[in-house]
Amino acid sequence: MIYWLLEPLTYSFMQRGLLAAVIVGILCAVMGTYVVLRGMAFLGDAMAHAILPGVAIAYLLHGNLLLGALAAAAVIALSIGFFSRQGTIKEDTAIGILFAAALSLGVALISSIQTYAVDLSHILFGNILGVSLNDLWLTVGLGLVILLAVGLAYKQFLVISFDPVLAATLRLPVELLRNFMLLLLALTVVVSLQTVGVGLAAAMLVTPAATAYLLARRLWSMMVVSALIGAISSAAGLYISYYLNIVSGSAIVLFATLIFLLVFLFNPRKGLLRRRKA
Amino acid sequence: MTNPSPAEPARLDVESIYVAYNGTPALRDITFQVPHGARVAVIGPNGAGKSTLFRALVGLLPLQKGRVLIHGLTLGHHLDCVAYIPQREEVDWRFPVTVRDVVLMGRYGRLGWLQRPSLSDHMVVRQSLKQMGIVNLADHSIGDLSGGEQQRVFLARALAQEPHILLMDEPFTGVDMTTQAATLDLLDQLRANKVTVMVSTHDLNLAAGRFDAVLLINKRLIAYGTPRQVLVQENLSRAFGPQLMVLPDGTMLVDQCCPPDEGIESYRET
Repeated sequence: MIYWLLEPLTYSFMQRGLLAAVIVGILCAVMGTYVVLRGMAFLGDAMAHAILPGVAIAYLLHGNLLLGALAAAAVIALSIGFFSRQGTIKEDTAIGILFAAALSLGVALISSIQTYAVDLSHILFGNILGVSLNDLWLTVGLGLVILLAVGLAYKQFLVISFDPVLAATLRLPVELLRNFMLLLLALTVVVSLQTVGVGLAAAMLVTPAATAYLLARRLWSMMVVSALIGAISSAAGLYISYYLNIVSGSAIVLFATLIFLLVFLFNPRKGLLRRRKA
Repeated sequence: MTNPSPAEPARLDVESIYVAYNGTPALRDITFQVPHGARVAVIGPNGAGKSTLFRALVGLLPLQKGRVLIHGLTLGHHLDCVAYIPQREEVDWRFPVTVRDVVLMGRYGRLGWLQRPSLSDHMVVRQSLKQMGIVNLADHSIGDLSGGEQQRVFLARALAQEPHILLMDEPFTGVDMTTQAATLDLLDQLRANKVTVMVSTHDLNLAAGRFDAVLLINKRLIAYGTPRQVLVQENLSRAFGPQLMVLPDGTMLVDQCCPPDEGIESYRET
């Protein structure tokens, strides 16, 4: 058993991959609690696809892919806020338009690249075994920034998510906080690019947090449980991918989904099967 | 920024305010003064703008004209002295927070951006829970409570804000007797603490029996004064129109079972 767990780690690319995957699993899971509670699942999905053009441009210019994604994510997060403020058009409509436009632009750019198929699949589904030391440092750095921000803004994010009316009477800058949250979400999606890719980042945002939602009764405990599920899914997914030789992003998401299904059916608080018996 | 001592009860001056809601004028030229520590019932037909008035008073809706003064200063100078309990809480009851978490939010206005709640904040929370009789529910999820208990949680949160002025929108509508009694007890306690209270209600008996003053509005100010001065047939028929029925013995009934559609009413207004 121990051998089973340790054998893959004799490769340094597996060590880096595992570390990156676990960090991303935790980050997505923590930001995911707000995605689930505020009903932003669609937004997370859109954000993930919307960073494609940034990645493509960075790739074409031989720049850093993460930085390209970061720039695109910031543009998208702020433009969603811009188009939907004052209720000119509904937020989900603004997201829908930007999402499709950015995805099209991204695919158009990538299709001009010679090695189109391989590159696209790496961007869409991640390339966890190609995590360089630089990528790892960037992931760790961004991860710390995100977790620190979530910790510091805990009470503000709690109030604007739970009771916007109270937030307004307490004179919290609701709009500013909302944009800040979108920016953190964008950062998280960017960081997860390398491990699960844009295609599956949304799943890592939603699935562990949705599972934790069924188990926890307070926001911080939901975050902890979600982070735990995210980390375990990432590690387990990577091992599964190693031994079964399947794409790591898919393995991670499928493992997280399995945990969700088990909790959904059997959890003591809101489980489907438990409730039937009671 | 001034921070007046809580010992000083708040005086509220509303000077000819105009407020629009979703583009249509909802309140016109409303002027009144609430003296220190008074208890005012706000009554009027459905769509009269009672909730709009409260939302304007806490600064949730912008004033088109006029101004609101608290302690003689315009809104925004007192970040933490007005508490507002909306009619139907626009919150997600399945949100993962406990009763204690929600009440603690009442203290957030007094905390700095990065400051964590102190021991004294937790003491205030505990005291507020005790006053509303829900200490035993402190660690329950809010989603597991009954409607009346949920309302008491929000009353406790308003208490924890230690406001000088408390605005309550329809706290007596659709709640159980225990909660209604708890709310009335709270009003008495707030009076002892010299907190200025404004409550909107449909219950004219309650307005007549439990309040110092009655503010009767229907988009404009109809009457403001003691219950005896305000609750007379002339004023009520101006406010409620055909919804008011006067029995031969002088008893007045207000029929609010089937309120006219808000859209129709604002159409009639324009």
